[in-house]
Amino acid sequence: MIEVQHVTKRYGPITAVQDISFTVAEGEIVAFLGPNGAGKTTTMRILTGYMPATDGIVQVAGFDCHESPLEVKRRIGYLPEHPPLYLELTVQEYLIFVGRMKGVETSQLPRQMEHVIEKTGLGNVRGRVIGNLSRGYRQRVGLAQALIHDPPVLILDEPTVGLDPNQILEIRALIKGLAGSHTIILSTHILPEATALCDRVIIIHQGHIVAIDTHEQLAARLRRSEQLRITVKTSLPDMEQQLRTVDGVVSVSTGESANSYLIEAELGHDIREAVTQFVMTHQLGLLELSVISMSLEDVFIRLTNEDEQPNR
Amino acid sequence: MRPVTTILAKELRCYFVSPIVYVIAAVFLGLVGLLSYFAIVNASGQALRMMQVSNTYAQINLNELVFRPMFFSMNLVLMFVLPLLTMRTFAEERKLRTFELLLTSPVGINEIVSAKFLSVVVIYVILLLLTGLIPLALSAYVSFNWDPIWTGFLALLLQGAFMLAIGVVASAMTENQIIAAFLSFGIILLIWLLGLFATVLGDSTLGHILSYISFTEHYERLVRGLVSIKDIVYYLSGMAFMWFAAHQVIDAHRWK
Repeated sequence: MIEVQHVTKRYGPITAVQDISFTVAEGEIVAFLGPNGAGKTTTMRILTGYMPATDGIVQVAGFDCHESPLEVKRRIGYLPEHPPLYLELTVQEYLIFVGRMKGVETSQLPRQMEHVIEKTGLGNVRGRVIGNLSRGYRQRVGLAQALIHDPPVLILDEPTVGLDPNQILEIRALIKGLAGSHTIILSTHILPEATALCDRVIIIHQGHIVAIDTHEQLAARLRRSEQLRITVKTSLPDMEQQLRTVDGVVSVSTGESANSYLIEAELGHDIREAVTQFVMTHQLGLLELSVISMSLEDVFIRLTNEDEQPNR
Repeated sequence: MRPVTTILAKELRCYFVSPIVYVIAAVFLGLVGLLSYFAIVNASGQALRMMQVSNTYAQINLNELVFRPMFFSMNLVLMFVLPLLTMRTFAEERKLRTFELLLTSPVGINEIVSAKFLSVVVIYVILLLLTGLIPLALSAYVSFNWDPIWTGFLALLLQGAFMLAIGVVASAMTENQIIAAFLSFGIILLIWLLGLFATVLGDSTLGHILSYISFTEHYERLVRGLVSIKDIVYYLSGMAFMWFAAHQVIDAHRWK
């Protein structure tokens, strides 16, 4: 549905995005993840046709962004970082305006508007002037605006910024509900959001794509070793040394509480059974055994930490 | 055509809910009213003097004494007022980031520029129609030749529309409305001053070129009642050039 090939964007001497390539399949939800200034917004602006790329090819739904920009724009719903709202208009006036701009048929417009108002929960503010709405409502109006022409592709730049926790959950549920029938790219720097919503994550750092994968696979790929935490009732005096003798264990360190240990094993070695066996034979009383999986935060920090950039 | 009417309707809606149009209308109509009042007082003074001298009911020329000075002073007022009308057209869209919505909609830049230009022209025409009350009110008391009045309003319409086109370009260049207003005022003043340079240079090639570029001579001819295709073409080509310039400025901004 979306194809980006070797896209570069320079602002004068500054290169915002350098040679990025990725594809997004129909119905997929993909997250752009990266620190501020990484090039997420620039990439999105290129996709939406707001600005042309300096180099490279961008195709949306089979149309080239450069050659047939209007066809591409017709198929994209875009929520920019700052919702583009006319503060003097009421919510309804604004949605009608955007609907007409996006080419919704006049006969379809009222129905389409009711549909998005209901979806985004704007029913009780529909007649109010946008300038008087709170930030959360404005964000919803922004989202309603992106949905008004029922586009197959949605590009959402930080859709949950500035919302309270309840609203965040609502918007996430809304996005989740759009999955399948819509292809969605969203940017975020909230990691759990990417985990909760997206099929795949594209991590961008300093204008480069540093990784594209599902977050589980990313974590697995980056994990140099399996980590295990155990807590026992009683410890042996030389517990750490003893544990190291277990087959496959690389290192052992003490955990945050007494009698708890962090065990690192060779990659691909499941040491859970061996460790359990060890605890049983010494009759130490196993209270906890858990695999520590790498969170997206760890992945992110590791990937965006320049000293240890992994292979792409 | 539909995007143009959509943006035009939105523009007019936003103009009329914001105080700016009312302030501009009040200032413009107030100044024009005051200036024409002075012209009328002056004319009636002259009529009185003529009556004392020749002791007959003098037939004074209202077109000469009232309307011509009125049209010239209105031109001056426009130079100050119209930049305030156009300053928000694009600058505000940039500032509020709504420009991103326009540019990511399936709408061409030419349609956006046309709609923006038409919106300020519509407001300007409403203002002009209101100033039409002055000759209308006078016609209840005296008779005068309406033909130069029509050409005078045609001159005002073309002159104002050209200034508005300049203002739209200036507004497309910046996201600061004050800068946009000053920029368009500066460009309009510069074009006006070219006419003065032309008179200094006199009958030389450069003099003729500058005099053609400046709107002074075109405006004067129309106000005097001389409608020629040449002058109308001047204004229309000026507007077309500004329309093209606005298109280029916006397109260039996208690449930055």
